[in-house]
Amino acid sequence: MSSSEAGERAGTVQLLTPTGELVRTDATAEYLPWVDALSDDQLRAMHRDMVLTRRFDREAAALARQGQLALWVPSHGQEGAQVGVAHATRPQDHLFPSYREHAVALARGVDPVDILRLLRGHTHGGWVPAEHQNFHVYTLVIGSQTLHATGYAMGLGLDGKSGTGDPEVDQAVVTFFGDGATSQGDVSEAMVFAASFQTPELFFLQNNQWAISVPVSRQSRTPLVDRAAGFGLPATRIDGNDVLASYAVSRRDLDAARSGSGPRFIEAMTYRIGAHTSSDDPTKYRRDDELQSWIARDPIDRFAAFLRARGEGDAFFADLETEGDDLGHDVRTRTTSLPSPDPSLMFDHVYSEPHPLMREQHEWLTHYEQGLGGTAGPAGGRA
Amino acid sequence: MTDVTTTTAAAQADGAGSGADAAAPTRASLETMPLGKAINAGLRRAMADDPRVLLMGEDIGTLGGVFRVTEGLQAEFGEGRVVDTPLAESGIIGTAIGLAMGGFRPVVEIQFDGFIYPGFDQIVSQLAKMTNRHEGSVTMPVVIRVPYGGHIGAVEHHQESPEAYFAHTGGLRVVSPSTPHDAYWMIQEAIASNDPVMFFEPKSRYWPKGEVDFSAPHAPLHASRVVRTGTEVTLLGHGAMVSVLLQAAEIAAAEGISAEVVDLRSLSPIDYAPILESVRKTGRLVVAQEAPGFVSVGSEIAATVAEKAFYSLEAPVLRVSGFDTPFPPAKLETLYLPDADRVLEAVDRALAY
Repeated sequence: MSSSEAGERAGTVQLLTPTGELVRTDATAEYLPWVDALSDDQLRAMHRDMVLTRRFDREAAALARQGQLALWVPSHGQEGAQVGVAHATRPQDHLFPSYREHAVALARGVDPVDILRLLRGHTHGGWVPAEHQNFHVYTLVIGSQTLHATGYAMGLGLDGKSGTGDPEVDQAVVTFFGDGATSQGDVSEAMVFAASFQTPELFFLQNNQWAISVPVSRQSRTPLVDRAAGFGLPATRIDGNDVLASYAVSRRDLDAARSGSGPRFIEAMTYRIGAHTSSDDPTKYRRDDELQSWIARDPIDRFAAFLRARGEGDAFFADLETEGDDLGHDVRTRTTSLPSPDPSLMFDHVYSEPHPLMREQHEWLTHYEQGLGGTAGPAGGRA
Repeated sequence: MTDVTTTTAAAQADGAGSGADAAAPTRASLETMPLGKAINAGLRRAMADDPRVLLMGEDIGTLGGVFRVTEGLQAEFGEGRVVDTPLAESGIIGTAIGLAMGGFRPVVEIQFDGFIYPGFDQIVSQLAKMTNRHEGSVTMPVVIRVPYGGHIGAVEHHQESPEAYFAHTGGLRVVSPSTPHDAYWMIQEAIASNDPVMFFEPKSRYWPKGEVDFSAPHAPLHASRVVRTGTEVTLLGHGAMVSVLLQAAEIAAAEGISAEVVDLRSLSPIDYAPILESVRKTGRLVVAQEAPGFVSVGSEIAATVAEKAFYSLEAPVLRVSGFDTPFPPAKLETLYLPDADRVLEAVDRALAY
């Protein structure tokens, strides 16, 4: 099936049309109470998170082009899917991202410069999950994090931290992955374990149609949302460029997971407007008319139209643009002035308890570097 | 999850360990038992001592594992602490990582050595690197138990010695006990470690009995240890090979050759002090292992001893290993696996220099 056919599949939850009108039908009635309950400030916060993420993305891409980053991983186009689910989580929830969930990271309080430290080569992690609303660090091996998320969710079940009946304390886990990842064994195994142990967990698939150069049709001959049924996971396909659909369906599914009724699966149909990474050239493998058709369904434009129709004035949008520019400037300044990591970073955390090789090799390197600095070093240069 | 007070009481009533109170053991301080039973006793005591210790693996619950190492533990501690998992090694190890993030101390059983590879990525790319990736803010107290090695006449994938793959990976600790006593204590020390530990169980040694002293371990987890003193040649090995080395030393003694035997115990890190001290005394080292010799733990030791005890050596360090072939069909395994004669052949060569 082509990606455009998949996007038009019946049963896909869409609450906002591409021109920003709320869809009030029998099919959407289940979800609209969550949308109607959103305050003006909450709606503005969603828009702000999408706009600031895109502005950050643009700045990071520029930094990569200028050689300031080893790599950049654009999120452009996927902000609606990400911000919707991010706003549906509670502070006590744990989120296990892949590596493109910048909007979720920002919504959970991660400093964007910490993301860039990873991509500039200063760290393999970047933040302490426990200090960032349980937003875990990026995982670069495709699909691996879905098992960590499932294990964490198994622990919540064993500890009785979900299903108590109190949504203020019940915890859930969200694991993020993409269409390419669905072909990885780990993702299937995660769904097997999640179903077997009825974990409080949401599998949040962003189907952005492309795994680098390979279209989703090569990953699956059937809609990916249909896979979940085989594992016993209730699943919903949503318009991933509709932040309200992402929010409302995620709210429903996370409430269900927290209450102890087992794992859920969402396939968010979206599109990677940018390249896979700054090293990629999507003009080699995808057609411009496909790209343009998705640009026409942009999540931010759609939501802005919705907000304006509700009476949001120019000042909000203008202020947000200023805030975005300030963010871009701040990110650029702080990224380009990051100090080099201390060599001890290489040795200090390989083990959490003392290890003779780490001590010996760190000492040797220190001595060696001192030798290069002008004082006499070891003749052989061997530890 | 099973109530901790109940399980501790149950463990004590069962006479299986000293429970939460090590000062008041309820069993004799010395007992003779097979290595597999000793691991079972060590697991039971670790579970009784710490309610966050959790076992997971294939067939480990009602069956007690294909080698019965976890026998009785699910009945005692409940299904929440002895978890029969789906049949998926990557899934087991990946979810153990998530459980460790949630404060559990998972002890994973891999059914057979040759079945660990579906979990290899989660071990070397995730488990081993998780603490480093988090710059210390996350620890990974996960133990992976692996029955390994030959001598049991089994089919393909059931007799391998894959320990070098893991010793090669920074972030992992790798150990292998050779006796019931060490097995009892080392499994508990591995569980107490905040780093991931690959715990290689010499499956051919599951059944022979040995004395376990429940009052104290013989050495720390990562110590190597002289288990027979001698003066002319040092024999070094781990796991099942230690009993082969002791046998070889006995035969050598009858021929008038004094061999010292060192039990490596820890493959990563390697405790070189007792090894170097022994080699400086004997001047000769034979390293034996079931694993293929090419790029092996024995190779690493040979290189390091040559570097650090060069002027003490009377002969090159010699390796006695499995051949660099896939593990053969069982009818050929006695030709593949180093035995006392193969060790003694190397001893003769070392002494001839």
